[in-house]
Order: sequence, then C-alpha cells, then structure tokens
Amino acid sequence: MRWTLLLGILALVALTAGHGIGLFASPPDAAMGQTVRILYLHVPSAWTAMLAFTVAAVAAVGVLWSGRPGWDALLEGSVEVGVVFCGMLLVQGSIWARPTWSVWWTWDPRLTTTAVMMMAFLGILLLRRLVDEPGRRATASAVATIVSYVDVPVVYFSVEWWSAAHQGFSSARTVDEGMRLPLWVSLLGTVLLGATLVLWRTRIAAEARRREEDAPDLPPAPPPLDLEIAP
Amino acid sequence: MTGPRGGRGKGSGTLLQLVRKDLLVGWHGRARLVGLSTYAVTLLLVFSFALGPDTATLHDHASAYAWVALLSASTLLLAQSFLQEVEGGALEGLLLLPVSPVALFYAKALANLLLLLVLAGVLLPLGAVLFDVSPSGPPLALAGILALGCAGLVAPGTLYAALTARVASQQVLLPVLLFPLVVPPVLASVKATALLVDGDPMGQLGAWAGLLVAFDVLYWSLCGVLFGRVLEA
Repeated sequence: MRWTLLLGILALVALTAGHGIGLFASPPDAAMGQTVRILYLHVPSAWTAMLAFTVAAVAAVGVLWSGRPGWDALLEGSVEVGVVFCGMLLVQGSIWARPTWSVWWTWDPRLTTTAVMMMAFLGILLLRRLVDEPGRRATASAVATIVSYVDVPVVYFSVEWWSAAHQGFSSARTVDEGMRLPLWVSLLGTVLLGATLVLWRTRIAAEARRREEDAPDLPPAPPPLDLEIAP
Repeated sequence: MTGPRGGRGKGSGTLLQLVRKDLLVGWHGRARLVGLSTYAVTLLLVFSFALGPDTATLHDHASAYAWVALLSASTLLLAQSFLQEVEGGALEGLLLLPVSPVALFYAKALANLLLLLVLAGVLLPLGAVLFDVSPSGPPLALAGILALGCAGLVAPGTLYAALTARVASQQVLLPVLLFPLVVPPVLASVKATALLVDGDPMGQLGAWAGLLVAFDVLYWSLCGVLFGRVLEA
C-alpha cells in the first residue's frame, strides 16, 4: 500500500512537471501550432493503454499457467485501466482532430483499430460481469484476453500498413529537441499513474474475489407461512 | 473413436468422424440453416432499402454488404453449434471421449466452416443478382477468398461460442466479443472480393489475400491451443 502511494505521488509530480513544461516552455509546432501540446497527453495515454493491455496478456498467461487468483485480479485491474486510457486516447484524438482535420472522427486505420481494440477489451469486462463462478470467469477472461491481444500489434503497425491521415510512429525520438523533455517526463508520469491505478484496482479485485469465495452460503429459505387461523 | 481409453484419438480419422458427427447434427437441424439463409438474404434486402434505389452505390459496395450479412448470420450459426451441445448435455459426453480438445476444436471449426460456406453459396449468387454484380476475376480466386474469409470468422467464432455457451446472455456477448476480433479478416475479405468483382489494376489482391492467410493461420493455431482450457472451465 505504501509503495502504491509512493508511486502515485511520483506520478503526480512527473505529470505536473511534464505538462507544466509542455504547456509553457516547449515550442509550438511549425505546422500544427499550439495544438501540438496535446502530444504530451495523447502519446503517453496510448503507451499506457498498450502497456496495460500487455500486462493483461501476461496476467492471462499466468491465469492459464498457474490458476492463481492473483493473476486474475491483475488481469481485471490492467484490462480496466487499459480500457480507461484507451477511451481517453480516443477522446483526446477527437478533440485534436476537430481543429486539425475539421472533423471529430475520421475512418483512419489508426483511429478505427484503436476503437476496435477498446471494444474488444470492453467485451472482456462484460464477460467478467456475466460469468458468476470465479474459476470459470478467470479462465474465460484469460482466453479472451490472449485472443484479443492480437489486435494490439495491429493498432501499433496500422500507420505503417495502411498509409492514411494519422501520423507515423510518435516517440521522443521523432519530435523536435525542445519537445523531448516534456514528452519523456509526461510519459513517465502517465505510465506511473497507470501502474498505480492497476495496483489499486488489482488489490480491490483480489479482495472482492476473496470475499466472494469466503461468502457464506445463502440462508435457507424460510418455512412456509402457517396461515391456519387458530380457533 | 479409435484412440485408446484415456489417450488421444488417432489424428485424421477421429477428426473426420467428429466433423461427420457435426455435419449430421447440422443436417438434422437443416431447418435452422434455411432460417439463417433467409435471415442473411433479408439483411441484403434491408441494405437495399436503407440506401434507397441508388443502384450505383449498391453495386460499388456489394461485397461489403455481402460480408456484413455473412458475418451477422455466422454469429447465429456459431452460437447454435454449441447451444445444441450444451442443451442436450452432449458436451459432457464429448469430454469423456478419448479425443484431444484440439481435435474437438478443429472438427467443430471445420464443420462450422462447411456450413458457413453453404450459407455463403446461397447468399452470394443472390447478392450478385440483387446488386447487379458480375465478377471480373477468376471464379476459383473468388472461392478461395470466400473460404479464407469464412475461415477467419469461424476459428475465433467457434472458440467464443464455446466460451459463452453456458452464459445466460450469449446472444449479446458472442457478437460483442467476436466482432472486434474479426475486423481484420472481414476488412481483408471485403477488399479482396471488391478487387475480384471490380478488377485489380494496381495488383493489390495478393496483399489482402496475404493478410487473410496470416490471420487465418494465427487464429486457427491460437484458438486450437486455447480450446482445451475453455472446455475445462
């Protein structure tokens, strides 16, 4: 718990520093002007979502390999956090697309494959809500996570496979020198924030499963009412 | 089954017997297959009504409509394939057989593929008539793309149908899980079919067919490996 809190504080410090530099000290882009500043939020969100789904895939292998409930809790935590960051990614992309491409949404391969990836993992969360028995739920969601993870490389390489409106791979190496420091720091902050949320959510999921397994059986049905009226 | 008790069934013989069993079950329930064909054809008509009498638009996007109708009907077909096993308690019986889960998966997936191809065989000629399409590419290539595309739907579909067979909301859950997963094979199938229908001046067919083959290999191997764990659960 103490480590998670420390991680959260580090994340907040890095996010404040990264976005402070990104908003006030980094240069505007030659072509996109001030709108480029969404880069410090958008790229880290994308990396964190992909990392969370990667952790979920590793946890899924752990579930199938060992069957330990801890892996299942990690799977639930990382899929949920991944879906949240993926949702944020799509909203940020839409906000940026409006002034840049004059539309809120375009059927660009990167956008479409990202939305599809989010729907695939959202389906896993739905599956978890609909399967009652913890063991079956763990196995089913682990299998679905491994199969859905196939979509992650498709999203990553979509800008290479299909040439379209979206930029190519974005990282600290592909931007101007003045943008590197805020991008690295905000990337660190967002990944740490994602890790903190995954750890918290994993702990909650583990506790929920423990209570589910320890819950006493339902009380027996009450005896039928004796409606006979005494003379 | 030919394998020793508690061991594994003997390869192709067992697989063919299992496929035969699933096809026989499909044949006995052929009214369902007729119902699914009717449903898919109705979907094609709905697309025509939704887009209006613009024949040029209908012609241009005919392959997309056909694949969306096929995808929609395939979900119902796949859900039914395991519903029968669960309702009749046959799944438990199958698990008692000395057959590996991998063989069970490939048998079920192959039977589903054959049934889906029968459905496509009804749907596509009707779609060609409705949307005034006459393929410019070789018929064998079109059949190949059809088989590859259906294989891309069937492998993850069979796995997810087994996964959701005992879930109360299967009719909702199966498409929610399956549709995002089959976007790449459906996209490749639509593009490849359109190139075979309208011509391929830029020589793009090979790339789309390659993408289809890649996803088929990936899904058929991955789903086969994971199927045993689904049955155990």
